[in-house]
Amino acid sequence: MITFESIYKSFGSNHVLRGVNLTVERGESLVIIGGSGTGKSVLIKTVLGLVEPDSGRILVDGQDVTQVKRDAFLSRFGMLFQGGALFDSMPVWQNVAFRLQRGALKRPLAEAREVAIEKLRRVGLAPDVADRFPAELSGGMQKRVSLARAIATEPKIIFFDEPTTGLDPIMSGVINELIREIVVEMGVTAMTITHDMTSVHTIADKVAMLHRGTIQWCGRQTDMAQSGDPYVEQFVNGRAEGPIETLR
Amino acid sequence: MILIVRALGRLCIDAISALGRLVLFALATLSHVFRPPFYLREFFTALVNVGYLSLPVVGLTALFTGAALALQIYSGGSRFNAPEVVPQIVAIGMVRELGPVLVGLMIAARVTSSIAAEMATMKVTEQIDALVTLSTAPMKYLVMPRVLAGLMAGPILVAVADSIGIFGGFIVATQTLGFNPATYILNTMNFLTSADILSSMAKGMAFGFIATLMGCYYGLNSGRGAQGVGAATKTSVQAAAVLILAANFLLTAVFFTA
Ligand SMILES: Nc1ncnc2c1ncn2[C@@H]1O[C@H](COP(=O)(O)OP(=O)(O)O)[C@@H](O)[C@H]1O
Ligand SMILES: [Mg+2]
Repeated sequence: MITFESIYKSFGSNHVLRGVNLTVERGESLVIIGGSGTGKSVLIKTVLGLVEPDSGRILVDGQDVTQVKRDAFLSRFGMLFQGGALFDSMPVWQNVAFRLQRGALKRPLAEAREVAIEKLRRVGLAPDVADRFPAELSGGMQKRVSLARAIATEPKIIFFDEPTTGLDPIMSGVINELIREIVVEMGVTAMTITHDMTSVHTIADKVAMLHRGTIQWCGRQTDMAQSGDPYVEQFVNGRAEGPIETLR
Repeated sequence: MILIVRALGRLCIDAISALGRLVLFALATLSHVFRPPFYLREFFTALVNVGYLSLPVVGLTALFTGAALALQIYSGGSRFNAPEVVPQIVAIGMVRELGPVLVGLMIAARVTSSIAAEMATMKVTEQIDALVTLSTAPMKYLVMPRVLAGLMAGPILVAVADSIGIFGGFIVATQTLGFNPATYILNTMNFLTSADILSSMAKGMAFGFIATLMGCYYGLNSGRGAQGVGAATKTSVQAAAVLILAANFLLTAVFFTA
C-alpha cells in the first residue's frame, strides 16, 4: 500500500536517508524504531510531501505521490506530530474539527463541533476541554487532542510520530491502547515512530529499524526477539555496548 | 585579492538569489489573490492587527513629528525671512514623505516582527506542516490574508498619519508661533494637490505590502529552534525597513521628478 523505493535525503552534508526501501501493507500497523536523529520523522514526512526526497520514489496504492492531486490525496491521511503541532491560536474543538470547517469536507458549524466533541470523547477527554486553548492543557492532554485531530475525518492512513514521548508510563499505556484500538477498529494502515518498547509491543504488527539511513531490519514484531540482528538486539535491550555507536 | 573578489562575488550571487526568491514569493502571493478558497476570518483578524491596532503608535509618532517639523521650518524659514511657509512645508513634508515613511517603519516594527515571530514559531513547532497535512495551503491561509490586510491598511494608516502630522504642526504653529488658525488651514488646503495625496496613499499601499510580505517570507523560511525564530524576526524587520526606505526613494523619484 505504501512503498518506499530507495529514498535518499540529505540536509547539506548531513546524509539522513541513504536508500530506504520499505513496504507497508494495507491494514497493517508498522512501527519504525531507531535512535534519535536517524531520520524517522523525515521518512514519514516524505510521504506527505512535507519533505522532498533527493531521489527515490514513494508509491501509495501504486501511485507516485508526486503525481497525485494534493487535496484528495492528503484527505486520506491523518498525522499525529511529534510535538502535537496544535494551532495555539484556536480552541481545542476548532483544532480537532479543522478540516470540517473549511475546504472540501466543510460542514455546518454545530455539526463540526459535535464531531470534535465526539472525537475528544473517543480519546478520553471530557467535552469541557473543547473550549480551552491548547496552551492550557498538559502534555498528555495535548497529545490526545492531537490524536483526536488526526482521526477526526476517519482517514485510511495514519502516521503517529512518537505518540508517547515525554508522557508518564500510565499515560503512555493509555495512548498505546488507544492507538491499537483505533487501528483495529477503523481498519487503518498505520505507521508509528517510537523509541518506546512498550509501544512497539502494543501497536506493532511489523517492525522496521532505521539505522544509518537505511532499514537495518524489518520483520514481524513476534520475530523481533529472535531477530539475530545485533543492532536490533542492542536497541531492544537498551544496551550501551554494541554495534550502534553511542557517541553521536 | 582573488579571495576578496570571490567573497564579493559570492555575496552578490547570494543577494541576487535572495531577491529572486523574494520576488517569486511575492508573485506567488499575488497569484492567490483571486483564487479561492478565501479565508475571511483570517483576513479580518489580520486587518485588526495590522491596521486598527497600529493606530495609536502611528498617531503618536505622526503627532510629534508634525509638531517638530513646524518648529524646525519656522526657525529655518526665519533665516531666509520666510517663516510664513510653515503650513505649506509641513503639509508637503508630512504627506509626501514623513507620513508614509513613519507608517512604513512603524508597521515594520510592529507588524512585520509579530508576523515573522508567529509564523516562525508555527514552523518550528510543526504547525505549518500540520496545516499542509490538513489540506490547507499556508500561502492561502496565513500569507494571503495578512498581505491583503497590509495592502488595505497601509493607505488608511498613511491618511491618518498625514492628517495627525499636519494637525501636530497646526497646534504648535497656532499655539506657540503665533499663526492664525484659519489662515493656516487655508494655506494647507490650497497648497496640497490631489497628486500629493494619491502618491501618499500609493506609498502606504506599497509599504503595507512590503511589511507584511517580509514578515511572512522570513517567518515561513525560519531556521530551526528558538534561535531560528529570533533570527527570522530580526532579519524580517531589517529587510522590511530597508526595502521600505528604498521603495520610498524609488516612488518619490517616480512621482515627483517628472
Ligand atoms: N528541515 C531540516 N533542515 C535541516 N536538517 C533537518 C531538517 N529536518 C531534519 N533534519 C535533520 O535530519 C536528521 C533526522 O531528523 P529526524 O527525522 O527529525 O530524526 P528522528 O529520527 O529523531 O525523527 C537530524 O539530524 C535533523 O537535524
Ligand atoms: Mg522525530
